[in-house]
Amino acid sequence: MTNTAAIQDRKPSAGGINSTFLRIEIKRMLRNRRTIIFTVLMPAIFFFIFGLSNKDQLLPNGHSYGQYILISLTVYAAMTAATGAGSQVAVERAQGWSRQLRLTPLLPGAYIAVKAAAALTLSLVAVVAQFIIGALAGVTMEPQIWLTAGLVAWLGSLVFAALGLFVGYLMPSQNVMQILGPALAILAMLGGLFMPIEIMGDTFGEIARFTPAYGIGQLARGPITGEFDAIWIVNVLVWLAIFVGGAAMAFRRDTKRV
Amino acid sequence: MTDVPAVQAAGLHKSFGKVHAVRGLDLTVQQGEVVAFLGPNGAGKTTAIDMILGLSTPDKGSVSVFGRTPRAAIARGQVAAVMQTGGLLRDISVRETVLLTAAMFDSSRPVDEVLTRAGILDIADRKVEKCSGGQQQRLRFAMALVSDPGLLILDEPTTGMDVAGRRDFWSAIRADASRGRTVIFATHYLEEADAYADRIVLVRQGAIVADGTAAQVKNLASGRTVRATLPPGGPGPVGRTASCRQGGVRRRPGHRSYR
Repeated sequence: MTNTAAIQDRKPSAGGINSTFLRIEIKRMLRNRRTIIFTVLMPAIFFFIFGLSNKDQLLPNGHSYGQYILISLTVYAAMTAATGAGSQVAVERAQGWSRQLRLTPLLPGAYIAVKAAAALTLSLVAVVAQFIIGALAGVTMEPQIWLTAGLVAWLGSLVFAALGLFVGYLMPSQNVMQILGPALAILAMLGGLFMPIEIMGDTFGEIARFTPAYGIGQLARGPITGEFDAIWIVNVLVWLAIFVGGAAMAFRRDTKRV
Repeated sequence: MTDVPAVQAAGLHKSFGKVHAVRGLDLTVQQGEVVAFLGPNGAGKTTAIDMILGLSTPDKGSVSVFGRTPRAAIARGQVAAVMQTGGLLRDISVRETVLLTAAMFDSSRPVDEVLTRAGILDIADRKVEKCSGGQQQRLRFAMALVSDPGLLILDEPTTGMDVAGRRDFWSAIRADASRGRTVIFATHYLEEADAYADRIVLVRQGAIVADGTAAQVKNLASGRTVRATLPPGGPGPVGRTASCRQGGVRRRPGHRSYR
């Protein structure tokens, strides 16, 4: 039991990432019904609406439209999953949990790292779920295309995990996803995830190239379009920098105010 | 073993915009004391506690916990707090909450032990959102016990509890404090301060206006108005009523009446 000598001689805790924290975070995410609806069910429904009727139509290079739309919607699912996971900090701030954590040795950087890891876990679930639905619906691709497209969609979702953290630290709202949900749908549309950019018209087509979902979408579809442009990587990196910078700024403002 | 105070605060000031919430607060709490921060809402109790916990930085003055900065004391699990509201995740169970808190510290007490001490072992698998206000408060208490802190700070811990819940909660705290833990609790109930504290610190308008044993301060605070005329510039207060003549109550100059 407590004795004063022992109390004064204690060593500081490291305050780093720990497996219990990570495990409980992931568990929380997976049992949240709303997250699952946003990340698995909605993209699946979109696939059945947009993709199923003309999935066997062929693109000029011989790949099917079904492949094109499946990969696009997988990127959408992954970005929604990651944003949703990141934005949970808004809920935790509103419930006073962030403040409670400041009464423990946990370092702010470790908290962010755990959030990012949980976001990546959820977006991995989203990618795998979407691919299973696509495969069951009859979309076929070579194994390396599944793998490459899946990896790009998954890792690219880190950009949106940062967006989620940014908005989560900026807004006090408990219902941050009600604002982010429609915003993500607009970004997905502008980024060419719901329909090919070529059919959007000149003005929107031009705007699309500067939006955050565009680069990831183009890169993920690269294996089937057979195209590659370094500007897509630039697009991803610039948006990653903007969202990480914004999240860091909003985080600092949040912890200073209390 | 050194006799470093559990808390040493000197000349603390904190303002929020135009509101000067804490104005020149000095406080030393020795190890093993059970101290009540008694004062009305808005007296600056919570602001002072936030500074002791390192949740906010004083505009002026200094504060140390076991001779260290609040943050260093927290990193060593030397101080823990039970806050008034919030601080819980609704979507996990009672046990998971304590497990999660324990995981942040390199060494901690066993989860079942703190759940037992807080009297919530039987609801360990209940979701936090399904717990009553009193149960949630016991959960906050359990979380505070996880690091076996030398100093426990409670900010109005029984707000919103019914009489029975309040009594149960305090008997758990009291049992814990009897084992040598230093306890500081904020309250605006005189009865609570009287029943559970060895020493009462009366806070008003961001400063300490009286500091003494429960009996001494109780007399000052029990509803009658006590006037003390203070000679300008001099520290010695002149008391007029019976309660003041009992002596031992340290008065702070600059405050003319207590209610």
